[in-house]
Amino acid sequence: MNLNEEGMLIKMENGNSPSISAIPKLEKKLLERIGNSKISLRIMHVCGTHERTIAKNGLRSVLPKSIEVISGPGCPVCVTPEEDIDIAIALARSGITVATFGDMMRVPGSSESLLDSKSEGTDVRMVYSIDDAVALAEKKPELEVVFLGIGFETTVPANAASLLKNTPDNFSLLTSQKRTPPAIELLANDTEVDAFIAPGHVATIIGTKPFEPLAEKGFPVVVSGFEVRDILLGINMLQIQVEEGFSRVDNGYPRVVKQDGNLVALEMMDKAFETSDSEWRGIGRIENSGLVLRKKFEEKDAAKKYKDIYASLVKDIRKKAELKDKKCCICAAILRGKAKPPQCPNFGQTCTTHSPTGPCMISQEGMCYNWLKYSRAGGSRLA
Amino acid sequence: MCIAIPGKITHIVNENTVTVNMGGICRSVNMDLLGGASEVMLGKHVLVHVGYAISEISEEESEETMHLLKQIAGLEDIDTFENESQ
Repeated sequence: MNLNEEGMLIKMENGNSPSISAIPKLEKKLLERIGNSKISLRIMHVCGTHERTIAKNGLRSVLPKSIEVISGPGCPVCVTPEEDIDIAIALARSGITVATFGDMMRVPGSSESLLDSKSEGTDVRMVYSIDDAVALAEKKPELEVVFLGIGFETTVPANAASLLKNTPDNFSLLTSQKRTPPAIELLANDTEVDAFIAPGHVATIIGTKPFEPLAEKGFPVVVSGFEVRDILLGINMLQIQVEEGFSRVDNGYPRVVKQDGNLVALEMMDKAFETSDSEWRGIGRIENSGLVLRKKFEEKDAAKKYKDIYASLVKDIRKKAELKDKKCCICAAILRGKAKPPQCPNFGQTCTTHSPTGPCMISQEGMCYNWLKYSRAGGSRLA
Repeated sequence: MCIAIPGKITHIVNENTVTVNMGGICRSVNMDLLGGASEVMLGKHVLVHVGYAISEISEEESEETMHLLKQIAGLEDIDTFENESQ
């Protein structure tokens, strides 16, 4: 293990300590700016791709002690509740073809994952896009195809665009879609944090305005991109806000993010989905944080279309889960920014990237996955 | 999950679909979220997520980011975001 409990890189792959001289000029200059600032901050990011950049490049090792970067619930795979996986498994056991993203296959429901279910002979398929699932339904009219549509606002518009076209009758959608701003606002009240790095690709769709209520509550916010320099720039922009005595939403990713977001995508989302309360794994129910199908698309809603078929099977799955000895996992605390992966007794022991037990280890965007994978790979290289 | 890959539009397939070259890998990309595909998009850079283009990456806006970086870091001789991979 090359990371200490603070996520700092202790040793590189070659056994040497990380050296600031290996850092490219711009990044070095940004680090100097951050180090020269008198502002100390505990910053939360809420995007798994940000965590990947931070962990992969060992950024916590080269940031000054005055800057702490913690990860919030930034991975939609990690926050998909057991109940939704159970329904997908019950559908598969009923003879329905379930298609979903690769990461979702390994996420545990209350007793098993979709991959476990597939190994028992159900028809569970991995797809790259919702369009692949629609194409499957078109090609195989004898199948009933359900796409398990998870994701934040970055992913939801693709689901909307697909539904707004004429999808075949044998295709429907099981949604577990989330809106990020309500979760961030909840954590702002619940977790000890000074400022936020907002998710760049969520903001590509929704723009910067939905983060303004956070700034109004006194939290500096910067929307950041995903290169090392973007993250360092974001941290320094947050320091500048504090130095100037302001809290506002700054856009550090203007090459992609517009203030109003992607208006075409937003309109499509609004036509297909409406907000609802939603369950987040490890956090609980958050008001207005979900996106469910509008009544107009009721016949495409797998949760309603097949309710009579899966209801009793879901009961069986949960009954089986009650008998199962669950391994002690602290993903819930990690998702809230209240604990770090090495504090979990399973981390790197019974829970690894090859054999994950908790949702934060399963997804390539999970905090545990990134901390374990990149600590072993050295993690000090700058992109 | 929210990873998006930048790429260059190399071919217009039809009014909804283009071919995008993402670091040497070419694949079909749905353009519905950018209002559809047309010949004027040829050669432009887009950000691709789950098979859909979600944003156009314009040179002008890339320069704005570089301006922001130069201003904050106080550097003039920095490279561009051509190697951006996420």
